[in-house]
Amino acid sequence: MDDARDGTTPDQDDAVTEPASDATDAPEDGSSRRGFSRRAVLGGAGAVVGAAALAGGGFAAGRATASPVQLRQYDFHGEHQSGIVTPAQDRMHFAAFDVTTDSRDELIQLLRDWTEAAATLMTGSELGTGIAGGSALAPPDDTGDATGLPASGLTITFGFGPTLFVKDGEDRFGIADRQPAQLAELPHFPGDTLQERLTGGDLCIQACADDPQVAMHAIRNLSRLAFGVASVRWAQLGFGRTSSTTRDQSTPRNLMGFKDGTANLRAEDTDNISKFLWSEAADGQEWMAGGTYLVARKLRILAEIWDRASLGEQEATVGRTKGSGAPLSGGNEFTEPDFTRPGADGTPLIPTDSHVALAHPSANGGAMMLRRGYNYTDGADDLGRLDAGLFFLAFIRDPETQYIPMQTAISSSDAMTVEYVRAVGSAIFAVPPGIPAGATLGGDSGAYIGQGLFT
Amino acid sequence: MSARFALPTLALTASVVVLAGCVPNAASADGGTISVTVADAGCTLSATDVPAGTVVFSVSNQGSSATEFYLLASDGASIVSEVENIGPGLTRDLTVQVAEGDYFTSCRESDTAEATPEAFTVTAAEGEVVVDEERAALLDQAAVTYKAYVQQEVAALVTATDEFVAAFVAGDDDAARDIYAPARTHWEAIEPVAESFGDLDPSMDLREADLAEGEEWTGWHAMEKDLWQPEDGSYTALTSEERQALGDQLVADTAELSARVNADDFTFEAFQIGNGAKELLDEVATGKITGEEEIWSGTDLWDFRANLDGAWEAFIVLKPAADLTDEDLSIEIEERFTSLDAELAQYGSFDEGFVTYSELTEDQVLELSRLVEALSESLSQLTAAAIG
Repeated sequence: MDDARDGTTPDQDDAVTEPASDATDAPEDGSSRRGFSRRAVLGGAGAVVGAAALAGGGFAAGRATASPVQLRQYDFHGEHQSGIVTPAQDRMHFAAFDVTTDSRDELIQLLRDWTEAAATLMTGSELGTGIAGGSALAPPDDTGDATGLPASGLTITFGFGPTLFVKDGEDRFGIADRQPAQLAELPHFPGDTLQERLTGGDLCIQACADDPQVAMHAIRNLSRLAFGVASVRWAQLGFGRTSSTTRDQSTPRNLMGFKDGTANLRAEDTDNISKFLWSEAADGQEWMAGGTYLVARKLRILAEIWDRASLGEQEATVGRTKGSGAPLSGGNEFTEPDFTRPGADGTPLIPTDSHVALAHPSANGGAMMLRRGYNYTDGADDLGRLDAGLFFLAFIRDPETQYIPMQTAISSSDAMTVEYVRAVGSAIFAVPPGIPAGATLGGDSGAYIGQGLFT
Repeated sequence: MSARFALPTLALTASVVVLAGCVPNAASADGGTISVTVADAGCTLSATDVPAGTVVFSVSNQGSSATEFYLLASDGASIVSEVENIGPGLTRDLTVQVAEGDYFTSCRESDTAEATPEAFTVTAAEGEVVVDEERAALLDQAAVTYKAYVQQEVAALVTATDEFVAAFVAGDDDAARDIYAPARTHWEAIEPVAESFGDLDPSMDLREADLAEGEEWTGWHAMEKDLWQPEDGSYTALTSEERQALGDQLVADTAELSARVNADDFTFEAFQIGNGAKELLDEVATGKITGEEEIWSGTDLWDFRANLDGAWEAFIVLKPAADLTDEDLSIEIEERFTSLDAELAQYGSFDEGFVTYSELTEDQVLELSRLVEALSESLSQLTAAAIG
């Protein structure tokens, strides 16, 4: 296929590796609360930012065989978290966590530890004393499975689920009054066959990279830092980005074999990005200004049945041609669909129950999403059928207006969703803003993701 | 703090401490690094005398087969410290704190190979030496206390095994089923110690799934299956002669275990106690939380409880030394023991008995598993903290 994923070029504006000028202060020490800081500290923020400054040259020199894509390195610091408008990498490891403690202090310490570790991991460095620098009598701080691999464009994105605020009617961490109205549990959509163990979560981490081992290493080590405070509720591996988040990226194909996400929000659409992606203080919760909301849905594709559908039926179901991705109303992939243009029989060329007709922004009051999903496969099911589909990820400013109406429509009427797709997992998270450039990380006083929620 | 895991506030601190040897601290005197080059012909040290303190032997195996390096005491036989299984081409470090005195070094290709120890001298430390007498004393005491605990559990195991085997051989299945799980708790509490005797563990505690093709199945689990026979017709009950043979074997193996842990040369090092605690939790995580250990009787929670108690004992003897390094670690381990203890207590006790494993719901297993993972993560740091 002419998918030309290789044609991806790093967006120089986004792949920032400049050191923050005022970030070289020594970190506050204070490791009185044991457990995490002991393992996660890499000399504090100064060292972290310093390592980031070595990007490019430093990494390229040592790793002659790494491709330019793998050498990409993103800065952890920024107004927004990384891994949202960052050009979508090819691999993902996503994990949702249950917080198992009722202690607000332990939760905050975990967020501190995660923040510092994430900044370290994104530079391609080992955590703590690394794989062999510690005591022979203690387990190594870093599991080592990414040692020797470049940063590979790793981004780590954290989110908070509704149950972090209130779970079983209980406000465990004294933050119930800070729960954004936008962070409401998603309603039941027609046809949902959700599995409890693939649904929900108090916290989430999305790790994306161009090397699956780097993404997995990140989730593995962050999970390790959480033992006793939070434990993995469910996790998902994904491959082959299913959408483009910048204009440079070609539109990839999903496991149905169609180009997906043509009408996606992209980093360059600055007007739409500010309108549809980033939350503002005026949206209700000041701590979420610069953040966004993430809808995650595990959508299993009934692959064998889909593969037996004729080309004509597949195209009518999607509303686009399978070859070029052009809308059935004509033109090329990026031609705006004309939902009224009639065919020979007088009905619209794009069937009204097709996926495009129901999911397109024009059918949803112009609402757009930043989709950043991945294909997944968990191998075969008990009956030998392909267990695979789309791990749908969408970042949006307001689920109530931008996601729920669209999903309700396609769950009820969209021929593709109704006949060939089963939603088996679902979750929603608030994705807090980023850590300002130059902020010190780690220890008992470092900046951390979601800090505004607790102060 | 639960009653079960109440801290023995006096037991350790009030004991008479015999100081076996003062070990200099690394901070003030440093013997540095000695390169040890191992070739097929033997090994060469970059120096054969060092000042007292922390010495790192960097053992580089340039020979063609795996090798071992030993630091031996002045008798040329007792091992002060060792590093084993260094493959060809590999370098491994042996870090050891040495006091002034005469030693020997030795390297050899395998357990069976002959090697001639070479003299090695530790001179008086250069500069002032701060001797961490306190830690050394605490670790020595830990070894003594833990050894006594192991001996006590093995003694109880001998008694309980005799009783169980008598009922089993006599065909009193009800009695044997009643005794089975409580008797095994004395084994489970010290499982890593028993496992360290490589020949006894397979004979006594092998699960059917662990059998190699054609291997004879003996020990507790073979008897377990005969007491809780599968009802699908696949199983042929043991004859009374077979029961007698299994019973005799188990009694003999248990007597052998007892003889070994009561031998004069049976000793513990602190790292073995700490690693043992971690291994007990690993046992829980891999065998009991999955219901694989007691597949016929479903008595996994008895074993779980015993593994946990054994790990607690190991922790508590190392705690005073670990506190010198990181008191917060001990607090965290204690909290996590307490949480797991409370969760497990919902399902029974040694006195009241436990629910069978299959009665646990998926959510209950998940909750136990999470608490085990949390405790294991903290316990994995205990050895390093205790040894300092």
